[in-house]
Amino acid sequence: MPSGDVLLDVQSVALFREGRTILHDINLSVLAGEIHALLGVNGSGKSSLAYVIMGCEDYHPDAGRILFAGRDISDLPMHERARMGLTLAWQEPARFDGLPIGDYLTLGRPTISRDELWEALHAVALDPATYLPRALDRTLSGGERKRIELAAVYAMRPRLAILDEPDSGVDVLSFGDIQQLVRRMARSGCAVLLITHRNDMASIADRASVMNAGTIIITGAAEEARRVYTARRG
Amino acid sequence: MKAQQIPVMTMPHNDPAWAREYEAILQAYEQAGGPIAALRSGRVAALVVSANRVLGAITVPGVAINAEPLPDGVQAQIVVAPGVRLERPVHLCFGMIAETGVQRIVADYEIGAGAQVEFLAHCTFPNARDLRHIMDATVRISEDAHMNYTEAHYHGPHGGVVVEARAGVAIGAGGRYFSTFSLVHGRVGRLLIDYIADVAASGVVDLTSMVYGVGDDDIEVREVVRLNGEKARGLAKTRIAVRDRARSRVFTTAEGNAPGTRGHMDCAEIVRGDAVAENIPTVIVRSDEAHVTHEAAIGSVNRKELETLMARGLDEDTAVDVIIRGMLGRLSG
Repeated sequence: MPSGDVLLDVQSVALFREGRTILHDINLSVLAGEIHALLGVNGSGKSSLAYVIMGCEDYHPDAGRILFAGRDISDLPMHERARMGLTLAWQEPARFDGLPIGDYLTLGRPTISRDELWEALHAVALDPATYLPRALDRTLSGGERKRIELAAVYAMRPRLAILDEPDSGVDVLSFGDIQQLVRRMARSGCAVLLITHRNDMASIADRASVMNAGTIIITGAAEEARRVYTARRG
Repeated sequence: MKAQQIPVMTMPHNDPAWAREYEAILQAYEQAGGPIAALRSGRVAALVVSANRVLGAITVPGVAINAEPLPDGVQAQIVVAPGVRLERPVHLCFGMIAETGVQRIVADYEIGAGAQVEFLAHCTFPNARDLRHIMDATVRISEDAHMNYTEAHYHGPHGGVVVEARAGVAIGAGGRYFSTFSLVHGRVGRLLIDYIADVAASGVVDLTSMVYGVGDDDIEVREVVRLNGEKARGLAKTRIAVRDRARSRVFTTAEGNAPGTRGHMDCAEIVRGDAVAENIPTVIVRSDEAHVTHEAAIGSVNRKELETLMARGLDEDTAVDVIIRGMLGRLSG
């Protein structure tokens, strides 16, 4: 449950690329423990905002600042943001070659127990006995890689997980599975910034924001934001 | 079939100098990832060589191991009788505890028709500062025989090793030869891999090399796969990472010399810092029903892989190392 404390505070952030405005005047807050949906059509700037928050290369904000747990993280490298409890699950996971899946899942939290490792794979509907001995390689389908990426985020037990379109991709978890996973993360005390273009996915959110053309046009109760999103999409 | 009986080589167990050297080389073997318990059990075929001394040779029914010292190494003949199928691998432990010297291993492998055998070779030079290890192997895989050969090196931190690994492999009709060479622990020093494989009809060859070069390490891989018989298949796979000022040069050749042959060369290299990597594949096709391909990917660490690991809290150097070791097939150790 949300505690009311602001965990992530994005203040007046802007991002420009080759004369184009990618993001402008972004203001967004995520409360500790809340599920916050970020709704928007393709190209509205949702993923760019996720990369700015995470501190990806070439996504340093040109204006504004980002606070996490009260600290300005705008100039921190990614790994330091991650060590503070912030992480990101990419829409299209990286294609690692050869890393054992068990090792990959423990990278974010080396002290994780075997039971927690199994729980993380169960949470994304993968059989631990089958997948832990395997390696991340080309034999895995896109859907399997996506599940493993989500399991890695779950296993890390972050304070805030940004999930970029967790429902996208072929052979991916069912809509209900994703919602269950997000609720499970929230129950464990992890706030979730749930990026999606699907209005129904946002139904599990405590609050929601709607992005359009590189800025946030409304933030509020999930139902209210979903109505605005639906109306704008026509 | 009835396996031939081979006498077990007697060893001077009452010689303290032998015992010390044997223990030292086994410890180095263990450091290199060698399964020491299997070696000590006496239930697997094994050959243990330190410098030019044969410290141990254990045979099992169906496998003959004869080893003789040379002035600068050892000459070994390993014969697997036709039809023999070994459940456990044959262990080969080569190494030198000394900082300087030369070790030349002249090895002759004869795998009888229909036999199936796996070799695990560990080459350990933990203290090397000015040391040369030469491996000259001749391998004959008879008809329908299957040989799996894995060679792992451990070189210690100084980089003063020159390794020249040469092999001529002849694979008979329907035979299969799988080889994996890895040098991902300690410094490479200077490495030359020089393999030539001739494959008869319906035979298969699969050569994999994995090397991680740092400092001023120098890596050269030369592999030639000649698919001479109909429907022969071959793969030359190279995985190399170089950082600092290390250099790597990979020359692979695949020849499709008969109808229905299929060959492929697959080279992936990661380059960091001032390191330099080259890959020069050669494709030769002498039959209009042969098919030979190659792919090469050389460059920096994939940015998305790097950022994914950094988003889990790994700093950049650690993340790069994890990616490289993943590519090289080993994350830890």
